[in-house]
Amino acid sequence: MSIDIDTARRVAKLARIRVEEDALPALASEFNAVLGFIEQLSEVDVEGVEPMTSVTPMRLKRRKDGVTDGEMQEKILANAPDAREGFFAVPKVVE
Amino acid sequence: MSDLNKLTLSAARDGLRNGDYTSVELTEACLTAIEGAGVLNAFVHNTPEIAREQAKAADARLAAGDAPAMCGLPIGIKDLFATKHVPTQAASAILEGFKPEYESTVTSKLFDAGAVMLGKLNMDEFAMGSSNETSTYGDVISPWRRGNEDTPLTPGGSSGGSAAAVSADLCLAATGTDTGGSIRQPAAFTGIVGIKPTYGRCSRWGIVAFASSLDQAGPMTKSVRDAAIMLETMCGHDMKDSTSADLPVPNFEAMLTGDIRGKKIGIPKEYRLDGTPDEIVKLWDDGAEMLKDAGAEIVDISLPHTKYALPTYYVIAPAEASSNLARYDGVRYGHRATLAEGEGINEMYEKTRAEGFGKEVQRRVMVGTYVLSAGFYDAYYNKARKVRTLIKRDFEDVFAQGVDAILTPATPSPAFGLGEVSDSDPIQMYLNDVFTVTVNLAGLPGISVPAGLSATGLPLGLQLIGKPWEEGDLLNIAHSLEGAAGFVSKPEKWW
Repeated sequence: MSIDIDTARRVAKLARIRVEEDALPALASEFNAVLGFIEQLSEVDVEGVEPMTSVTPMRLKRRKDGVTDGEMQEKILANAPDAREGFFAVPKVVE
Repeated sequence: MSDLNKLTLSAARDGLRNGDYTSVELTEACLTAIEGAGVLNAFVHNTPEIAREQAKAADARLAAGDAPAMCGLPIGIKDLFATKHVPTQAASAILEGFKPEYESTVTSKLFDAGAVMLGKLNMDEFAMGSSNETSTYGDVISPWRRGNEDTPLTPGGSSGGSAAAVSADLCLAATGTDTGGSIRQPAAFTGIVGIKPTYGRCSRWGIVAFASSLDQAGPMTKSVRDAAIMLETMCGHDMKDSTSADLPVPNFEAMLTGDIRGKKIGIPKEYRLDGTPDEIVKLWDDGAEMLKDAGAEIVDISLPHTKYALPTYYVIAPAEASSNLARYDGVRYGHRATLAEGEGINEMYEKTRAEGFGKEVQRRVMVGTYVLSAGFYDAYYNKARKVRTLIKRDFEDVFAQGVDAILTPATPSPAFGLGEVSDSDPIQMYLNDVFTVTVNLAGLPGISVPAGLSATGLPLGLQLIGKPWEEGDLLNIAHSLEGAAGFVSKPEKWW
């Protein structure tokens, strides 16, 4: 599997990381190095093997479906780059 | 009394209880040591006011006869742990200015047990790295040097600040986290002890997430006894982490009997890699001999899927990271890029993340995005999860054969110089974790014990891998190895 510049551009877009056009060839070549390394996995026979979902065999704990936390609007907004009138403020999303 | 900062946790604990000195004195000694060690760049946010206040409170508890395990003991905290109202950046520019409104479970437990926080410790950005060269705060410089050279060396990573600080006696111990070897490799590079417990032993709540199915916290200390004391305080069930184990935490220190007669120690043949330096191979053989002399039985074992551990890790860890790091979008905390006229929310996300994440973090987030993307999910991500099952099964098989613990080298080399492992070839850096990463994939406990010096005078470590939830037994075997190896070297002070 080889990654071309279009794929590198698409992945950067999916990851929401701006990569300038002139940096794409180097990025594609780095991807290829990492993916070439990962490629070794194709030689492993995994017929009938379950993909791991939990490394320790544990049942997830259950609790009553109820509100256990909340009422901390100020704390939640304390670190926001832009908070106004009790909300996170962002650039206009809908025209 | 001078040099209080050089004490171990256990010695300082006993001295405090005896009234030989106070926590305030102990804390001042560390604060002075930190002040004189700025060049190491280990501490990145100092908290002397908090430390002095906690030390006074600890002295009051000691005077009242209420002295829990860590009471009055000054430690450093890796920047990955959320500490209330204290900068917590995971060594990333994207979390610039972030001061959590909450305390991580692990640090809460340490502070409830009386520990004193000296400050936050440098690390690789988001714990992604093996040399502490990806930090937004700059490199950490190891207190160790090769003979008479003054080449700056790496303390290892990602818990590089923790390793340098403990090794240089800036604090009595430190917290670390380990996703692929980030406690054990830096511990080995700096001649200290580092243990990653079984996945689920320490709550991950309040620790900045990298790869959630692999991340575990653990102590980095000057001795195995100290590791036992501090680990016990850090462990325990937490409703706020759904993967936290609801199991009793034993008194690990009481399990350090030194008696390992009849223990079966496995030596995995797949860890004998071509190109491993002779001194590492010799250290390993010597370690096996020491355990044998202490009455253990040494057996050859096979872990056939070992060679696939690193490629598996470099699918699973970036995949989980790409998902975990999606939260850094410039909306709720940290950095937000300045937008040009006409730019909207997508430009805000893309510019914020391009400016805030360093090169290695960007690379891993994008690799993770790729292996999770439509059309490749099965070929890469699911495949890696299946191979992970096989890697874990390898360990289950040898434990079922009666093996109690596995002995391996901790790292394939001693510490290298900063900048020596080329940034243009990430794979070269990834190979540092070749002996440690299997343990994270299988969720097992692993400990690095200093066991000797390289020809160039640098520390070398051995790793012991234990059975799930058997940290006590593992620490006891490590304690025996530590005693037999008799490692006492310290870096000569040049800073």
